[in-house]
Amino acid sequence: MALKRNVSLASALRYKGQGPMLTYILHRIGGVGMAVFVTVHILASFVGGKAGIFANSIYENWLFQIFIFFCVLFHAINGLRITISDLWPKLIQHQREAIWVEWAVFLPIYGIAVYVIIRAALGG
Amino acid sequence: MTATKSKSLPLAKRGLNFEMLMWIFTRLSALAMYALILFAIIGALIMGARTQMNMADVLRWGFMPNLSHVQNTNVPDIAPWSTPFWRAVASLLLLVATAHGVHGLVVICDDYIVKPRGRQIVRLISIVFMIAMIAIGLYVVWTL
Ligand code: HEM
Repeated sequence: MALKRNVSLASALRYKGQGPMLTYILHRIGGVGMAVFVTVHILASFVGGKAGIFANSIYENWLFQIFIFFCVLFHAINGLRITISDLWPKLIQHQREAIWVEWAVFLPIYGIAVYVIIRAALGG
Repeated sequence: MTATKSKSLPLAKRGLNFEMLMWIFTRLSALAMYALILFAIIGALIMGARTQMNMADVLRWGFMPNLSHVQNTNVPDIAPWSTPFWRAVASLLLLVATAHGVHGLVVICDDYIVKPRGRQIVRLISIVFMIAMIAIGLYVVWTL
């Protein structure tokens, strides 16, 4: 499909939107990741049988859990920041600080979760 | 950084079309999902999850308070977890999350598909997909 961009791909990749740009990309990846997961998960519990068990064995894999928990947690925390600053537009002036707070909340929770997932995967 | 003053037009001048309503819906549904998830987690703790479930299972229940999410935990009696009340909460979460997620996917598609015809097709597919996922989801929530 013809895709008209006003900038070349090379300069798009060079765009340095820094922190806010990163949260936008991760929010998008998280949203799509969850949408795909939720769809497959609902379908799997609907059809059941061999296909359902196969789908479940994917979710139970520790690598998948690390990925999907990233999607969920980041999307939820970043979504709360977006919601708060959209409902009180004055706060958008402080979005860079808000993003630091966001990482300060996200990293410890995610770190503990990854630790627990890996420990469980190692059989502890 | 020089402070940029944020301007917001009064509501009357902003116009209220479908896109604007969905923009608001995305924010409100985000808050609603937080409320529903916290509600389900608190409910689980009241029903004894603290001694019968590990943290991961509580979260699984929180994100979708559905019977199959507690079936392989240490909960002795699953009857209180599959009442019409919890099925209703799960249905509400399903409706809100599906509408939020499908609309989000349409927003993403609009960033890459710019021709009116393509956007129409995206909308058509998204509506069919949304109705199908809600129907299948409700079936799973109410019959399992
Ligand atoms: C507590 C849970 C959630 C919160 C707080 C939340 C918050 C948000 C917010 C505020 C937006 C708008 C972003 C923007 O306009 O820049 C958004 C977009 C989106 N959400 Fe969620 N959401 C949640 C759960 C979900 C779930 C469960 C799904 C998938 C089924 C999902 C999929 C999406 C998608 C695909 C987008 C569009 C992303 C984009 O435009 O780049 N969200 N979310």
